[in-house]
Amino acid sequence: MAQQSGIFHEDYRSDLQLRPTTMQRLRLVLLFVFLFGMPVFAGSLEMRYANNILIALIGSIGLNILVGFTGQISLGQGAFLAVGAYSSGLLVVYLNVPWYLSILLAGAITALIGGFFGLPSLRLKGLYLAVATLAAQQIVQWVLRNWDPIDGDINQRVGEALNIPAANFFGHRLNDNEYAFYFVVLFFAVLAVLAATNLFRTHIGRAFIAIRDQDIAAEVMGVHLFRYKLLAFATSSFFVGVAGALLAQHSTSISWESFTINVSIQYLAMIIIGGLGSVSGSIYGAIFITLLPQIIRGLGNGIEDALQLVASAESQLAAHFAERFQDLLPRIEQGAFGLAIILTLILEPEGLRKLWQNIKDYFRLWPFSY
Amino acid sequence: MKVEGVTLRFGGVLALQDVSLHIAPQQIYAIIGPNGAGKTSLLNCICGLYRPQSGRIQYGDVDLVGLPTHHLPRLGIARSFQNIELFRHMSVLDNLMLARHVHMKKNIFSALLYWGRGQREEIRQREFVEHVIDLLEIQGIRRQTVAALSYGLQKRVELGRALATNPSILLLDEPMAGMNVEEKEDIARYILDINEEWGVTIVLIEHDMGAVMDISDYVAVLDFGRKIGEGKPEEIRENQAVIHAYLGQADER
Ligand SMILES: Nc1ncnc2c1ncn2[C@@H]1O[C@H](COP(=O)(O)OP(=O)(O)OP(=O)(O)O)[C@@H](O)[C@H]1O
Ligand SMILES: [Mg+2]
Repeated sequence: MAQQSGIFHEDYRSDLQLRPTTMQRLRLVLLFVFLFGMPVFAGSLEMRYANNILIALIGSIGLNILVGFTGQISLGQGAFLAVGAYSSGLLVVYLNVPWYLSILLAGAITALIGGFFGLPSLRLKGLYLAVATLAAQQIVQWVLRNWDPIDGDINQRVGEALNIPAANFFGHRLNDNEYAFYFVVLFFAVLAVLAATNLFRTHIGRAFIAIRDQDIAAEVMGVHLFRYKLLAFATSSFFVGVAGALLAQHSTSISWESFTINVSIQYLAMIIIGGLGSVSGSIYGAIFITLLPQIIRGLGNGIEDALQLVASAESQLAAHFAERFQDLLPRIEQGAFGLAIILTLILEPEGLRKLWQNIKDYFRLWPFSY
Repeated sequence: MKVEGVTLRFGGVLALQDVSLHIAPQQIYAIIGPNGAGKTSLLNCICGLYRPQSGRIQYGDVDLVGLPTHHLPRLGIARSFQNIELFRHMSVLDNLMLARHVHMKKNIFSALLYWGRGQREEIRQREFVEHVIDLLEIQGIRRQTVAALSYGLQKRVELGRALATNPSILLLDEPMAGMNVEEKEDIARYILDINEEWGVTIVLIEHDMGAVMDISDYVAVLDFGRKIGEGKPEEIRENQAVIHAYLGQADER
């Protein structure tokens, strides 16, 4: 960054700081002013998007810890979100656990289950491991589809949902007050970002990255591969479980349909587009993937309105177009979504984080960018 | 370190046949031999990456055969690899810090919070790593990502990473391969420093006969998985079997 030259650290402690320059700290302060000020100017709908982004961000940081930092591919994200969501919901419904406690407990339960499903990583790598985590996805999905959370019956009618009682946040209902929920989810998101950033400043995070880069060498350097792979699964799943629990507390009911393999793939897309092995990349990816469909829909609706306007001016052809466009809109949206992802990756295969870095590097040297 | 009667087979290939070595403490012990002689395989047996079909490997009074690889640094054993196996996306500093892994107290919660002990540990280990950085004269590249370094520097960092575990014995697999004369001289000097100043036993696999003869105290020669000679460098130079198998071959090239 432009502010960085000429800094000389006098001890290792200051050298290890996250934001060494005043400029960087100022930027952080501005970010927080924005985050806390947002409810003042944003409407309920914008707040809903913000909340979805913040939940996705916690989940994508979790997934990135496992896939991007440790190199263990997982297709079980949907399942682990489900475990978190159902744990939180069931704890509240059956054991009257306070909702905030249920979120942390859901993280812990998901960490255990994630660690269990990480066992195949002892033997399997790469795509083979991915297929093994697919088993986690299928097993959890099967259980949720066939089991009635209300009376504990297995073999139930498909698609039984679990109703979540509204959590009380200083007198506000979390599942229908986007503003109240915002402060809750913001709190967890900030914690998640801090925790993940800290993790990769220490030896445990370094061991994760070492396993990804060169597992044999890591082992020769004393890293107990199996233990650390399981730890990566558990740590990652803790974040994902918390995200799942927040999803549950954000809704009035949850069912298996929100946690399919599609969700796993969507999260993989987030971290790949944002930047594998990067905390900030997880954030950019979560924003991008959550907002992109909304932006595309907005554009689509705009075009549709324009066509309708022309059509109302009694043009036969335009009326025909407007009708066709309306039919095709959902498909165009899906196509545009895919296209945007592909274009981003062609522009910068290392993701949005790298793209942003490139832009900053460009302006660091500007106007002498030769 | 004692290697006794180690035999290693890959299907029909006899990579090592009844190899015995006795490596005295504080020695620079060279292992030479033509390509495919079994030198790397021997290191892999020591490190527990390969399991020999028969034979014993002892370090102090610990039996290394069957010992999990991640226990090695605790015993004071470190190695470098023939084909650089650094953590490519990490900085030089982080590569060296990883080598302090077994010396660190680890706790996932203090890592997530970066409070108290977690932070103090980082600082304490950093001081040791800086000694290694000074010794190998890599101060200038501390912050660089390994993948961006030249081949010669990467080799040097790999030596540093092994050294940063604070070993009592260092197994080096061709640390000078692919370097120019000047770089080779540097590495030779570092190896001598590590041996003399830090008192580390060195096992050196190397093809450059000049360097081997210059710096090693003792040389063992492998050919087709068999030990065909051993002795002081000047004895090896006179050894007929060795000249025939190894030096002779070099002349023919
Ligand atoms: N994993 C393996 N599977 C099958 N054969 C192997 C394996 N590793 C080594 N070998 C065989 O063992 C023999 C010894 O190989 P090794 O790599 O130990 O030789 P080297 O002395 O290190 O050679 P170089 O000087 O080329 O590094 C070779 O014939 C090789 O093909
Ligand atoms: Mg070799």
